[in-house]
Amino acid sequence: MATVPAPVPRSAGLPVSTLGIARRGLRKFARTPQLVVVGTIQSALFLLIFRYVFGGAIAAGGLDYVDFLVPGFITTGLLFAGMGAAAGVAEDLEQGFVDRLRSLPIPRSAVLAGRALADTALLVWSLAVTSAVGFAVGFRLHGSLADALAAFGLLLVFGFAFEWMFITLGLVAGTPQAAQGLALMVFPLTFVSSAYVPVASMPGWLQAFAEHQPLTVMVDAIRALTQGPAAEAMLGHGAGFYVVRSLAWSAAILAVFVPLATARYRRG
Amino acid sequence: MTPTIEAVGLRKRFGKTVALDGLDLVAEPGQVLAVLGPNGAGKTTFVRTVATLLRPDAGELRVAGHDVRRQPGAVRRVIGLAGQYAAVEPAMTGRENLYLVARLFGQDARAARASSARVLELLGLTGAADRLARTYSGGMRRKLDLGASLVGAPRLLLLDEPTTGLDPRSRIELWDAISGLVAAGTDVLLTTQYLDEADHLASHIVIVDHGRVVAAGSPAELKARAGRNVIEVHTRDRADLHRAAAGLAALDHQRPQVEEATHLVRVAVAAGSAPLRDALGALDAAGVAVEDISLRPPTLDEVFLALTGQALEQPEPAGDPAA
Repeated sequence: MATVPAPVPRSAGLPVSTLGIARRGLRKFARTPQLVVVGTIQSALFLLIFRYVFGGAIAAGGLDYVDFLVPGFITTGLLFAGMGAAAGVAEDLEQGFVDRLRSLPIPRSAVLAGRALADTALLVWSLAVTSAVGFAVGFRLHGSLADALAAFGLLLVFGFAFEWMFITLGLVAGTPQAAQGLALMVFPLTFVSSAYVPVASMPGWLQAFAEHQPLTVMVDAIRALTQGPAAEAMLGHGAGFYVVRSLAWSAAILAVFVPLATARYRRG
Repeated sequence: MTPTIEAVGLRKRFGKTVALDGLDLVAEPGQVLAVLGPNGAGKTTFVRTVATLLRPDAGELRVAGHDVRRQPGAVRRVIGLAGQYAAVEPAMTGRENLYLVARLFGQDARAARASSARVLELLGLTGAADRLARTYSGGMRRKLDLGASLVGAPRLLLLDEPTTGLDPRSRIELWDAISGLVAAGTDVLLTTQYLDEADHLASHIVIVDHGRVVAAGSPAELKARAGRNVIEVHTRDRADLHRAAAGLAALDHQRPQVEEATHLVRVAVAAGSAPLRDALGALDAAGVAVEDISLRPPTLDEVFLALTGQALEQPEPAGDPAA
């Protein structure tokens, strides 16, 4: 009878465990075509509808509507992608995968960090797809290439921050269905923002919310970086103004949700 | 020697539900301990506490000498957990699943590859090793889950209802796999609702109900106290019932139960198939027309009744965290 080898019991460090768990997340995505295909088609359809159905009726200050829309669209796409992350976390919890990981001699932070890392890496894919569709329907860069790259990096930072919000939602919800339900809160967050229409076109009470929520600042940062002076003139401030504020929001989101998610995870 | 598991006065409650109510238990090294009990008895809560997934509210719990509250990291290094659900990643192959867990146990890439291959071999999964786990049957997934709990070469294997929901053939295959591990020297704590499973796998059985131990002993001891087989006879005519009962009573000096409404006589008998032959002879001699006759092991209810003098209460509703 074959026996199992008995290596010296020790534990995997934080990097090894985080990367191992992240790799599993990437494989799951790559090997589940419906996750890739459905998400891609959905976001392309959505963009086409805004660009061609609603676009004609929306005045976007000094910008072409397509140039106004695509930065908003790409940024809100981070949140729609995050809904899937919440469901994924809840599914792992429900199916016992989280129990298995929690019973292993690994740092507890590795499980969530691995997940956040994998999901953020997946955002590169969804950012590439939405940007490609954006360019195909007429979106153009009017700033420098360096600024565009900065915008891309910024989007990953936002995505990483929001990821922790969705991990927390998934852990609290417990089942994928409940997680999907809770994740519907992204709708007010995305629509009541500067993503699709200028905030100034909303009623006053709604403007108060739209102007002071993180997504608007993030969208405006991407707009200013990709559209250059025209966007800065329309928005009223330079790109730096929005970049700093959007990074502050990201830090605030992380400061709230990393401890929340970690505490919820430890409690089991 | 340090006991593998030592629980003293262990308590855990979820809101108003008391899951563990002063549970005391000792598992010695080299033992396969089965925790047997109905749904809601606290079995899963106990395993999750041993696995450091839950903190007990009160009492002491040491695993291989390590306190679960103060040294959870040390406990996690000696245990492997396989749960009621097959906690494997369906989008990875069997080999990838085991490799991931081996790496998380701190093995380097080479050691992890070797131990994954060895566990696959041990569980008879080598042929399916490079297929995605989502293509596995339920029984294969359970085996892979068992493998994942094994690949870190734990000193203590925790199996929470390992065969619940499996078809009879997969169940026996999994039993064989577990027996193989036991022969190779792994200590096992398993929970089950099935007396035959505990009997088949365990060297020591603890029966729990309402979060406390109600009986403990080797399978032979418990069976000697309770585990008698049961013969059930349905007679064609109600008039034959009492003659049948008298015939069966003479067999083994047990008093048969008679259910008039269903034409049923039930009697406890000794192990083996001989009592069935004797029963048929006795019924024949008494001139009873038999509709059907069966021999079966005692149900958990009957064991409970015999050991505790109390009938089993209805299982708690599904979804109870203490289930």
